[in-house]
Amino acid sequence: MKIGAQPLDKHTENSEQVETQYGETEEPPTEVGAAVEEGDSETTAGPTTTSGHEGVRPGKSSVWDFKARGEPFLWGLGGCLVVGILMIVGFVVLILYNGLLTFFPAPIERVALRSGSVAAGELSRSEQYKPGPEVLAELPAEIRKRISENHDFAHRRLYRIGNYDLYNEDFQWIPDYDITGTTRPKDLFHVERLEWGPFIGTIKSLDLNGRVVSGKTLTLDELHTKHAQAVKRRGRIRSIERNQIAGVNYELERGRLKLRKIMLANGKHSAEYLKAQRDFEPRSATLEARHHELAKEAAALKEKDAKYTIALADVNGKEKLIKLSDVVRLFPANDLTFLQKVEIYFSRWWEFLSQDPREANTEGGVMPAIFGTLCMTMLMALAVAPFGIMAALYLREYAKQGRMVSLVRICVNNLAGVPSIVYGVFGLGFFAYVLGGSIDSIFYPERLPNPTYGTGGLLWASLTLALLTVPVVIVATEEALAAVPTSMREGSLACGASKWQTIKYIVLPRAMPGIMTGLILAMARGAGEVAPLMLVGVVKLAPELPIDHFFPYIHLDRSFMHLGFHIFDVGFQSRNSEAAKPMVYVTTLLLISLVFIMNAVSIVVRNRLKRKFFAGHF
Amino acid sequence: MSRYQDNPNETVYHTKAGPHGTLLSIEGFSLWYGASQALFDVSMTVEKGLVTALIGPSGCGKSTLLRAINRMNDLIDGLTTKGSMSLDGIDIYSPTVDVIGLRKTMGMVFQKPNPFPMSISDNVAYPLRVDGIRDKRTLEETVVKALKGSALWDEVKDRLNENALGLSGGQQQRLCIARAIAGEPDVLLMDEPCSALDPVATAKIEDLIDELKGRYTIVIVTHNMQQAARVSDNTAFMYLGKLIEYGETSRVFTNPKVEKTMEYVTGRFG
Repeated sequence: MKIGAQPLDKHTENSEQVETQYGETEEPPTEVGAAVEEGDSETTAGPTTTSGHEGVRPGKSSVWDFKARGEPFLWGLGGCLVVGILMIVGFVVLILYNGLLTFFPAPIERVALRSGSVAAGELSRSEQYKPGPEVLAELPAEIRKRISENHDFAHRRLYRIGNYDLYNEDFQWIPDYDITGTTRPKDLFHVERLEWGPFIGTIKSLDLNGRVVSGKTLTLDELHTKHAQAVKRRGRIRSIERNQIAGVNYELERGRLKLRKIMLANGKHSAEYLKAQRDFEPRSATLEARHHELAKEAAALKEKDAKYTIALADVNGKEKLIKLSDVVRLFPANDLTFLQKVEIYFSRWWEFLSQDPREANTEGGVMPAIFGTLCMTMLMALAVAPFGIMAALYLREYAKQGRMVSLVRICVNNLAGVPSIVYGVFGLGFFAYVLGGSIDSIFYPERLPNPTYGTGGLLWASLTLALLTVPVVIVATEEALAAVPTSMREGSLACGASKWQTIKYIVLPRAMPGIMTGLILAMARGAGEVAPLMLVGVVKLAPELPIDHFFPYIHLDRSFMHLGFHIFDVGFQSRNSEAAKPMVYVTTLLLISLVFIMNAVSIVVRNRLKRKFFAGHF
Repeated sequence: MSRYQDNPNETVYHTKAGPHGTLLSIEGFSLWYGASQALFDVSMTVEKGLVTALIGPSGCGKSTLLRAINRMNDLIDGLTTKGSMSLDGIDIYSPTVDVIGLRKTMGMVFQKPNPFPMSISDNVAYPLRVDGIRDKRTLEETVVKALKGSALWDEVKDRLNENALGLSGGQQQRLCIARAIAGEPDVLLMDEPCSALDPVATAKIEDLIDELKGRYTIVIVTHNMQQAARVSDNTAFMYLGKLIEYGETSRVFTNPKVEKTMEYVTGRFG
């Protein structure tokens, strides 16, 4: 070997050594395994086994051959892989099955009960159960006998009966022995409402501003047209309240804050403040007049809207009158063609993806959560990429490799293992309270004591997650930099390039695919992280999106919604866990798809870079 | 009594002065990697415009010597040197010397072709780019000139903007030569430029070295004695970090003064 090339080739040599090590490790376990098994058949391990090895000549005994080739270990290794794959596949199938089927409209069953009453609902699931002794005692002898023949087990079904406002529950268990018959009447409607969840029952009549249409003469087409008109009215009212009135309020608030800033800066009796106050008065008056006008318009619309009502009745005849515009969607569940079902399925998906949540997040959409998750992940990537890459560049390229650098490296690796909630606490304490508090007192004194940046928000959540994922990026970047061949660096240096030029033109572009891989990992981790976010800015319901049409358009101080937290909130914090369960699956599916899409995009970008740098030799 | 000189610790010189004088002179140069010494008191001169070959068995320090000329060894921690090396009167190892500027006066070609992952023309223009030259016409002219100079122009003139990694091994090495001569260096350092190439590509590179002779001063490290005999004017034989014999190629190969040299050039070891 040439002396000159010795130290520079160190890297390649190392990798060769690693390879041979791997190559060798395949063998020893075989022997160990064989030794243990033989040790069992004989008396002890150790020297006895060694002599056993010498005693049995390879090739003579087929059993020995079998062990020597490491067959059982091969099966063990393969088995581990299979278990891992099965778990992943099982998980994906579970999420896909439940998530994709949730929105498909289910038929409504009308169940006649032994007691003479009726119930109606969608069959949710069924199970075997053991009725309690007091329940059994009240049952007729014949049913009791049947249950005892079945090892004391009975079968029951869970129906989603809806009509929460009438029954105070959404779901009802009905034992099979209580059911005398089920039918699927075509006149039963599934009515999704803005409040109180679904209504399951029949349409009694429609009151269209005084013109009453009976449920019997009502055609489905007319119902849908009138409903579409009602939805449009609701949209108009909402647009006035949410956009126009909110805009006026925003303007007013801004004016007031400006005024207060001047007051804080110059004092309450200063000429500047008095002048500003005088200037603001006419503007404030116009705005307030506009507010009043809009409120009146909205009230008028609401009054008109209230005249369009729909009277519903449940299977037992209990009636309920609601505004037509409070209905989100209604359809005769037992009278749908397959195509209509598909239409409802997609319209529900669209609602889920594009609308705000309702009913404590258990219904409606998750648009703000999708938006918040995306915003936060991108901001995080923006923050983590330069920091991580620059830190790794210094560590790998400039720092003198020694004990100090090794120590830093160990610390960075350990940072990746710190529980994420600790980062959350740090983010709240340092970013929100210390940094945010200072920003508030310097730039936003007029808003105090209401915090602007002094509480959790999009910016602090992104930075906290950036901190959490920076070790991943540093480690990946360092590896990518180390993998750039020495010959490339030497070629560049020999051309008279400085170290920085070499890094800029040769090393960084070449390491980019590896760096991207690190960023992808960081983004995937960041997008799925929930615990620290609960402390630094994620809320159950955010009134406003972090990006809107009010200056400065991106509001980094706002709290936001996050899909991961949404899953937790819907699944474990809602009044009705049974009703929320499908939403948990759907939201999980969505979160996984989102992470998957973000990863896929980055992987495509990375592969393009790779193709550029690793085009075929020869 | 042998016809060879007995004392192997003394270098035997039998060079004649080049027609253009001396470009590089090395005097009493020793080099250590940490504690282990790689070069022992090497003294030699490289004649301007000629091809000087460094031969010797693996580990004899010929690559180290070559890399010492443009201070590529600086990248290694714990490197120490003694003695002097001067290029046209400039002390290469003076502490005040501008290493980057020094490297710009030398082109280097490596054992394995190492084109950068960019287009062919960007590869050739790289030395100018890092010099801060942005003028398109200058760059284009240089690229054409360097590619013609390295006998690659006819093969790549239609695909200057394609990735250089798509070229064959021999083409890549000629591209690296084009890159090395693009900056108009005084010296061309070649570290076993043909060891990764097939015979046809090797022949092309050797022809190219012949063509470049005269315009550039070339120092070439090679394992291949036939190659040294074919392309070089002067040959230095090194063994275990020492310069054993240095002189006109024909003399070193046909009439060596030291027994070790004879044994090596006749293939008895190495």
